[in-house]
Amino acid sequence: MESVAIELKNITKRFGTIVANSNVNLTVNHGEILSLLGENGSGKTTLMNMIAGIYYPDEGQIFIDGSEVVIRSPKDAFNYKIGMIHQHFKLVDVFTAAQNIVLGLKEDGKFNIKNANKKVEEISTKYGFDIDPNKKIYEMSVSEKQTVEIIKVLYRGADILILDEPTAVLTPQETQKLFAVLRRMRDDGKAIIIITHKLHEVLSLSDRVAVLRKGEHIGTVITAETNESDLTEMMVGKKINLNIDRSEPVNPQDRLVVRDVDCISRDGVKLLDNVSFTARSGEILGIAGIAGSGQRELLEAIAGLQHLNSGEIIYNNPKSGNSENLRDKTPMQIRDLGVRLSFVPEDRLGMGLVGNMDIVDNMMLRSYRKGNSMFLQRKEPKNLADDIIKQLEVVTPSANTPVRRLSGGNVQKVLVGREISASPTVLMAAYPVRGLDINSSYMIYNLLNQQKEKGVSVIFVGEDLDVLIELCDRIMVIGSGRVTGIVDGRTATKEEIGLLMTKTDSTDMHGGDQQ
Amino acid sequence: MLSTVCAFIHAAIIQGIPLLYGATGEILTEKSGNLNLGIPGIMYVGGISGIIGGYLYEHSTANPVAALCILVPFLSCIIGSLLMAFIYSFLTITLRVNQNVTGLALTTFGIGVGNFFGGSLLSFFGETGSISLIQSGLCYKASLPFADKLGLFGTTFLSFGFLTYLASAIALVTSWVLNKTRVGLNLRAVGENPATADAAGINVTAYKYFSTLIGGAIAGLGGLYFVMDYTGGAWTNNGFGDRGWLAIAIVIFAIWKPNTAILSSFLFGGLYILCVYIPGLSSSAKELINMLPYVVTIVVLIIISMRKRRENQPPAHLGLSYFREER
Amino acid sequence: MKSHEKGTREPLFNIVKRSDIVWWKAWLIRTLAIVFALVVCALVIVVLTGYNPLQVYTAMFKGSFGSKRKTMVLLQNLAMLLCISLAVTPAFKMRFWNLGAEGQVLVGGLASAACMFYVKDGMSNAMLLVIMFVASIVAGIIWAVIPAVFKAKWGTNESLFTLMMNYVAIQLVSFFIMFWVPNGSSVMGIINQSTESGWIPNLFGQKYLFNIIVVAVLTAVMFIYLKYSKHGYEISVVGESENTARYIGINVKKVIIRTMMISGAICGLAGFLLVAGTNHTVSKNLAGGMGFTAIMVSWLAKFNPILMVITSFLIVFLQKGAGEIAMTFRLNESVSDILTGIIIFFIIGCEFFINYKINIHSKHKEG
Repeated sequence: MESVAIELKNITKRFGTIVANSNVNLTVNHGEILSLLGENGSGKTTLMNMIAGIYYPDEGQIFIDGSEVVIRSPKDAFNYKIGMIHQHFKLVDVFTAAQNIVLGLKEDGKFNIKNANKKVEEISTKYGFDIDPNKKIYEMSVSEKQTVEIIKVLYRGADILILDEPTAVLTPQETQKLFAVLRRMRDDGKAIIIITHKLHEVLSLSDRVAVLRKGEHIGTVITAETNESDLTEMMVGKKINLNIDRSEPVNPQDRLVVRDVDCISRDGVKLLDNVSFTARSGEILGIAGIAGSGQRELLEAIAGLQHLNSGEIIYNNPKSGNSENLRDKTPMQIRDLGVRLSFVPEDRLGMGLVGNMDIVDNMMLRSYRKGNSMFLQRKEPKNLADDIIKQLEVVTPSANTPVRRLSGGNVQKVLVGREISASPTVLMAAYPVRGLDINSSYMIYNLLNQQKEKGVSVIFVGEDLDVLIELCDRIMVIGSGRVTGIVDGRTATKEEIGLLMTKTDSTDMHGGDQQ
Repeated sequence: MLSTVCAFIHAAIIQGIPLLYGATGEILTEKSGNLNLGIPGIMYVGGISGIIGGYLYEHSTANPVAALCILVPFLSCIIGSLLMAFIYSFLTITLRVNQNVTGLALTTFGIGVGNFFGGSLLSFFGETGSISLIQSGLCYKASLPFADKLGLFGTTFLSFGFLTYLASAIALVTSWVLNKTRVGLNLRAVGENPATADAAGINVTAYKYFSTLIGGAIAGLGGLYFVMDYTGGAWTNNGFGDRGWLAIAIVIFAIWKPNTAILSSFLFGGLYILCVYIPGLSSSAKELINMLPYVVTIVVLIIISMRKRRENQPPAHLGLSYFREER
Repeated sequence: MKSHEKGTREPLFNIVKRSDIVWWKAWLIRTLAIVFALVVCALVIVVLTGYNPLQVYTAMFKGSFGSKRKTMVLLQNLAMLLCISLAVTPAFKMRFWNLGAEGQVLVGGLASAACMFYVKDGMSNAMLLVIMFVASIVAGIIWAVIPAVFKAKWGTNESLFTLMMNYVAIQLVSFFIMFWVPNGSSVMGIINQSTESGWIPNLFGQKYLFNIIVVAVLTAVMFIYLKYSKHGYEISVVGESENTARYIGINVKKVIIRTMMISGAICGLAGFLLVAGTNHTVSKNLAGGMGFTAIMVSWLAKFNPILMVITSFLIVFLQKGAGEIAMTFRLNESVSDILTGIIIFFIIGCEFFINYKINIHSKHKEG
């Protein structure tokens, strides 16, 4: 084993009353790849941000090459040769690749962007990247941007590299390429930490795995001596057996028929490509896929928030028996047609709720227009808020507490509770359990199941394949904006879905950025 | 006819110089993401600080030396402007207070300081009348000795005091720093995306302070030019007028480029006095002509927002404060 | 590694965003800020004048409440500043930086003055006042809605746009004054001095009472509008998150334009009250910087119309008081601007201590 590159001792970090990391101990050696594994919200990114100088730990010590250091800023981190590639890229949009790469450096000699370009090209050739140093960031694809981030860290001669969920936005080919680069860097003697929650990546890439759960360090194991189920157990605490009661759909009818939908972004990228499917009443339709494959655009198009370039979205009204095309209608128009559509968006506090408003006012978001009065009616929303707090066991000081002060699980209960209270005929939920603890997640699954039993057509976008398979009646898989298959939830296997998720990626990889 | 045109250009440059100082200072400030609406106030303080320095010096000695007549007001102007810019910086950068409110309050405060001292400086020393620093004024107005001998070219372009040339030089240097140096690259990154700059190891706070303070000092020189060169060492309350806001307009007109600001300032200076040079205008029509600079600025603002060229937009983080541990 | 030795220094403190603060703590911080501000103001006055600050504050009080007339003038100024502050508030709540109140008030006043100038005594006073009222409001709306349309449609930066509109308005007023009074004095003079047509009549023998009552009513209406009306709710949602507004089907563009129309209409009203009720003339100083001061009043009161009564009182009191000191102690009256500036710096600065907490690290850490 090589020498210890970095060691964390008893690191604790709190945000207000929330403990993000509690007494975490961790070591990484030179010449090894360590996976930092944990559920969403387990404190992986917070911990790494403290090494990178973004946050400052409340308690604990950091040692580099055996001596204690204090990292107060990213600049300090650079001095200790620590480089972090954040999940949300830290790049200046109007700068070129090279300008971003040399940003903040204090190199000797006269500043000359041409020299920088040359050096960037040298690194590119060494590791096999293909990048134009003069290209502006806002003209780049996601994987190009990631390449810039990696070169940026290499340019600085980092010895300790931290990558935060680097594969979330990559195709399998791009992922393999990235892994090859990382292995080469490991062989160079660099210490690499990769944050992830994807088990197969952990197993195929890393030398050791450290697992975090709810901010605590559960343990570190050698990859060769472990397997998926052991790691899962460490991650979630107990051997989970989901066992969600899945009833047979009763009298399913076509509620929402989506046909040949295309959506092209402002930059000309096809976000949705010829998408067709049907959502039926009394069933849960799951949507699986790599993050950013068009899930958000699809749901937003149905909700009237996304312009479509072609296709139609037909809603069959169970009451009147009419069929309406919802394409390019505003949310108001959709409501005026009598379509009872509820939507739990991915971005809870940025879209579904207003963080600075209290629970009562957030209840009103959907209903405040009711009646002809100029004035608001706060009595009903207040009752609704009280009901939801009681029934869904929302932990809050009162119904007049701003929702941003609630914990993630409670925020989600408020949002889902409100959306369900409108007694919808279609309920769409995007990543509704992201960042939630197991208990809250189960409560959400149960709520979705109840809706299904009431005859609601539920559309559930999820990332955990186990959950999708246990919960959904049918699962639609999308990749790069295309439907790659629709499978039966009762018979499908994870492998089958995983294959479908990557299928389009290999046959139809638009862009092909990194040859 | 030619002499009229030359006289107009000459006058336009004179009017443009205070605007150029203000605009260069504001551009430098805005590049760090700080929208300093206190610039008009800073320019007033720059002017009055110069006056106070000059007054104290001229009254402390019987035979003022030319070099000190220049140096003392210059340094006091810089100190006064820096203090003003420091108030803004401390409130918006360290205390992360709303930039618009701070800037407007600073302008109220600065104009108050200018008019207060302008109106009561003499009475502090038991004098009456109005402030007039003839010696300093002459020193600041002194042009190259051979300018008059070079005919029309000399009188049009070479007959200015040194602050005129300094304004253009500062604008050019600022432009070079912003576009060609490492410091400039880092500074622009701070204004575009401070989180990125921070992650790249740039001291965001230091850069913001640095550019806001220097920007304030540059803008203050515009006030100094006005009181020393333009009016020849005299102060009238509210004499500087709304030139500070015009300087902010130029920032937009020049799409945040200091070198473009040079000609823009002369253009705006020209528009400012255009009415005097158009024969046969009624006095009411003159007021309409004076509206032009603002209308033109609005049109430019609209065009850049419609065209949405990434390079022509205001710094992306303009007007917002930065807190590293924001969740 | 080069900086290991110096790296072991621990930062003295770090700053954390507060998730919550008890209301009385927040108000304690604000009160302390005002007390500090007054102390600093007193110091400034002592340095400038050498007088005892208590003497100075007594003089300030006299300047505001020394006589019945002074009190009425104070209330009138308070009413006008409050009126303009109410005007900018809905826009600010929507995060639309309307820095153009000054210009919107000016064109409102200009419209009133134009009606007075052209109608003279051609119709009954009541009729003329109604026409002036409507004209002012329409003018204010036009001035406010232009930047709003561009903001809604193309996202044109509204703070710079509205700022520039102020100066267009100033030049417009100058133009009309020159046009109406071609003698070159560039002063309008009192309009309809002899007939008093287009003048708001005295109420109960009090000249400014009408204005004060109108603004008092407006304050209550604005408070209710923002807190209890559907429009007010939409304004809050758009201000907090445009995405949420879109998600629940609010037409964001419509709300922006509608809210700015309200903002402009109230500014126009302020112009009408200033011309018809107070000045009976128009000049480019009609708003006298109140359009800018109003921004600070509104912001300091956290966009709450009732609290704005207090913040605008504070500012007007300072200005009147400083005017009085200036007279008593033969100082320049600009001292009021200096004091206003200092007080605002303190009050806005204290928000930092409400929003953030400073953790000071102890030298010895445990463990």
